[in-house]
Amino acid sequence: MSTIPVKALRTLKIRVLRHNPADPDSTPNMQTFELEEADSMTLFVALNVIREEQDPSLAFDFVCRAGICGSCGMIINGRPGLACRTLTRDLPEDITLAPLPGFELIADLSVNTGKWMRGISERLETWVHAQGLDTVDVDALETPMEPELAQQLYELERCIECGCCIAACGTAQMREDFVGAVGLNQITRFRLDPRDERDDADFYELVGDDVGVFGCMTLLGCEDMCPKDLPLATQIAFLRRRMVAV
Amino acid sequence: MDHKLNRWPARLDLLQSGSGLLLVLFIWGHMFFESSILLGKDAMLWVTKMFEGEHIFGKPYPVLVSAAAAVLLLLIALHALLALRKFPASYRQYQRFNHHLASVRHMDTTLWAVQVITGFLLFFLASAHLLVVLVQPDNIGPYASADRIWSGRFWLVYAPLLLIVHVHAGIGVYRLAMKWGPFSAATSGLWRGRIRLALYCIVAFYLCLGTASLVTYMRIGAEHAPFAGERYMAPTGTEAH
Repeated sequence: MSTIPVKALRTLKIRVLRHNPADPDSTPNMQTFELEEADSMTLFVALNVIREEQDPSLAFDFVCRAGICGSCGMIINGRPGLACRTLTRDLPEDITLAPLPGFELIADLSVNTGKWMRGISERLETWVHAQGLDTVDVDALETPMEPELAQQLYELERCIECGCCIAACGTAQMREDFVGAVGLNQITRFRLDPRDERDDADFYELVGDDVGVFGCMTLLGCEDMCPKDLPLATQIAFLRRRMVAV
Repeated sequence: MDHKLNRWPARLDLLQSGSGLLLVLFIWGHMFFESSILLGKDAMLWVTKMFEGEHIFGKPYPVLVSAAAAVLLLLIALHALLALRKFPASYRQYQRFNHHLASVRHMDTTLWAVQVITGFLLFFLASAHLLVVLVQPDNIGPYASADRIWSGRFWLVYAPLLLIVHVHAGIGVYRLAMKWGPFSAATSGLWRGRIRLALYCIVAFYLCLGTASLVTYMRIGAEHAPFAGERYMAPTGTEAH
């Protein structure tokens, strides 16, 4: 070999669905940006480069840049994913970005997942229910928990509420009131928690209908497109079995 | 709880899965019985007599076949009624699902769409098949069936029915396994792959078996076309079907 192979970096064409519902003159349109790909570039980095160098009005969300906060969920070439966890080298040169469907659009790629998640949390009462919580001595040591159980809880608690499972779910896209994998996962998480005194009948009241666990048609989009690789299908199947046994 | 839970959503979900599973088990068994023609006309005649109760009662009762067809029709009606709840119910729902389907390019979402389409077609094809069995239960046998398929042109119903029912059943069993299966989080993906592979093989097997027997009926029907309507005489020469 007389030459040293040099990795050729590409010119990316990033098409973004742009729209600002707060601006009466705004109409949805696709805008294409071109930029030079950098080594180990993530979509999050690419979007920041576009915003800094080409268009400061481009709206998208991010906080942690490490797949923990769940802010940068978007549709990447048709599928939901986190911009900060998506390397441009894994994508073709032409990249199309759109906001996550099923959530209130703030502008461009920014959606209000927080409002949706808050609504689901209130609807499904995803907090510990127990008698005498107001008299708990917060300075006292907590009752120990078996490490295996704590690990199980932690596994489900890893959900970052990014909204990808809702965007990946055909049922949630058709039926806006469906609680989705994120809601059902939360129910299994609190069902496991020994501090929560609710029983299966209480959980049935929350998800025992066609917009809850029985609305899930097992399309498995949530399982296959969860950026955190949560075992969502297993959790929903478990919850379904428990709920029919109530 | 200080008030009674409404258990109907749970019951309906179980009924939809249960009725689907029963129908799949039936169709998989049915394939072996109808393909008895591959072992010869006498084997098929023996199976026909078995379902008419002749081996037990000493004489045939075709009404037993009608009764089975009626039960199956009711089971299909129940399954269809429950499954209809899941179909896109408005243009907006249809449009949103269609857009989602094209966007995500996801295997299991696509399989569900295939199941909706095949399920819809089965309303007509399965009903057509069962109605004939229901009202003409005595019109089953090596020549009777072959004449219906060839001279009566029922192969036009059975050929698409064969493909559609097995695709629908195969996807349905896969979905049932993923919907209810008690797999651990660690092995769920492994089982999913195994079940999918097993069902590809099962559907391929039944499609081959069904095609071979349908072609055999068509060949017998074509040869027997000049005498269409005449029944097959068993080797003893006493019974005709």
